[in-house]
Amino acid sequence: MKGEVWVYAESVDGVLHEVSLEILSKGREIADKIGASLSAVLIGKDFIDLAKELVNFGADRVHLLEPRDSNFYPDTEVVEVLAELVKKHDPDIFLLGATSIGTELAPKLAAKLRTGLSAHCIDLGIDEKGHLLQIVPAFGGGVLATIVCPDQRPQMATISPGVMRVGKRESRNGKIQRREIRWKGASGIKVLDTLREEPVEMPLEKAEVVIAGGWGLGSKEDWQMLKDLAALLRGAVGATRPPVDEGWVKESQMIGQSGKTVRPKLYIGFGISGMMHHMVGIQDSDFIIAVNSDPEAEIFKMCDFGVVGDLKEILPYLIKQIRVRLEK
Amino acid sequence: MTLHPTLKVLVREGIPNVINPLDRNALEEALRIKERHGGEVIILSMAPLFSLSILREALAMGGDRAVLLSDKAFAGSDTLATSYILSEGVKKIGPFDLILCGNQTIDGWTGHVGPQLSEFLGIEGISLVRMIEEFYLEQDAMGRSKNGSIIVRRKIDLGYARIEARFPVLLSVVKDINTPRYATFAGILGAEKKEIQILSASDLKVDPSQVGLIGSPTKMADLFMPEVKRRREVVQEKPEVASKMILGKIHQRGLI
Repeated sequence: MKGEVWVYAESVDGVLHEVSLEILSKGREIADKIGASLSAVLIGKDFIDLAKELVNFGADRVHLLEPRDSNFYPDTEVVEVLAELVKKHDPDIFLLGATSIGTELAPKLAAKLRTGLSAHCIDLGIDEKGHLLQIVPAFGGGVLATIVCPDQRPQMATISPGVMRVGKRESRNGKIQRREIRWKGASGIKVLDTLREEPVEMPLEKAEVVIAGGWGLGSKEDWQMLKDLAALLRGAVGATRPPVDEGWVKESQMIGQSGKTVRPKLYIGFGISGMMHHMVGIQDSDFIIAVNSDPEAEIFKMCDFGVVGDLKEILPYLIKQIRVRLEK
Repeated sequence: MTLHPTLKVLVREGIPNVINPLDRNALEEALRIKERHGGEVIILSMAPLFSLSILREALAMGGDRAVLLSDKAFAGSDTLATSYILSEGVKKIGPFDLILCGNQTIDGWTGHVGPQLSEFLGIEGISLVRMIEEFYLEQDAMGRSKNGSIIVRRKIDLGYARIEARFPVLLSVVKDINTPRYATFAGILGAEKKEIQILSASDLKVDPSQVGLIGSPTKMADLFMPEVKRRREVVQEKPEVASKMILGKIHQRGLI
């Protein structure tokens, strides 16, 4: 066996983060393709059960690091410790979940190691030279780009939660290596406490019907119609980036490369042009309906059913017709 | 007592001639700190020379002076090379207490430059900052700042963490932190008199092998359109007819 693929595993409240299992599964696939071994890095006290879980989901080896204290933060000292571990083992590939912590740890670690990092990859592959192909939307989202890091190692990439699928869990054997770290505790940073804020709306990722709006909606008021429609169909409301930037909807409702990935039975997009940043987050939907006033909108090339028309005229009719049907 | 922290705001290169939206939030936060605690707000950007108008706009909002890192050799820099160049710019400017950056640009959306800049500078960096709760700074007999620290709220997956950090520190801020001001007419006039320093690769003495395309470990290997297998049935009908057709599709899927 030559080379190593590494995955950074995260935990929340003593449970493995879903994205860690997702990228571990993708890591397994890649490792098998290039004939490498798969290692996971996990930081946490008494996490031996979690480490075993990582093995069951495909890791050949788990580096289990004793944390400095209970409030983990990816500060300079953590980055230094991880960089030392990477240098010692020299992995070819290092994947991290694009979580709120992963999106800070990954660039810090890449800078420390002076290596390349791509963000929010929507797919990964391997070319004939064995290089990691990192797929991201490019140039405003009209096309996809393949990013490579030919000369530096490890080749690093972050992947958003929900993009990859979790593979099969089987009872497997793997090496769990506990690593005692001599923490200096000299960092200028301290987590005082963490506060939880419970989301109120239905989680987008779990909804069978997703109603999404884009720039074409024009105002916060128009969103009420989308909410009404979603409520009637027991679905959730999502959005592209511009409405989030405008403050019409919450960031947690954003669908796409740097937001959520959804796989509903039905997706209906209103006033959405069809930029890749958004489309990559809905491509696995069973059925895609698009409403846009621009007949040239890109989304019409990527939908199952498209309606060229003014959403402000169509939505009231649609809501009324559904109400009538539901009352029957 | 007047305090004199040196604040630096990073205005990263983004879409030409528009300040990246989150960089406005970073600048706004710097200006608010200055208004309450004193100090100097320096705008730092790596961009082509045509981006001078962006720096003028940032100065019109209230920045004290600006430094533009610009050189043909910087073209094609990925986030690592960009962060390296910016770190050399920061070192050239001198001691500082706080660096504020927008958490990410609206074009690349990587969120890499803030954390990577802090790493190159060997200081702590905090991403996803949505509020500065407390700000503390003393001044020594020479008028230099000392013992600075800050408490911020940082977004995490299910809420936020309160984090205390000693200066110097770098914060990457998100939109929730504030509502950026608009430049006033007086501000726009005043900005004309403010200094914009332009520094080239040789001024910064950057390692030529670490900047631009050549110094960027990531390369674009290919551009392509994804293959889409969809029915692509597109209609143009009167609104009430179109809505009925949509209803029919929803019904067919068994969702109503």
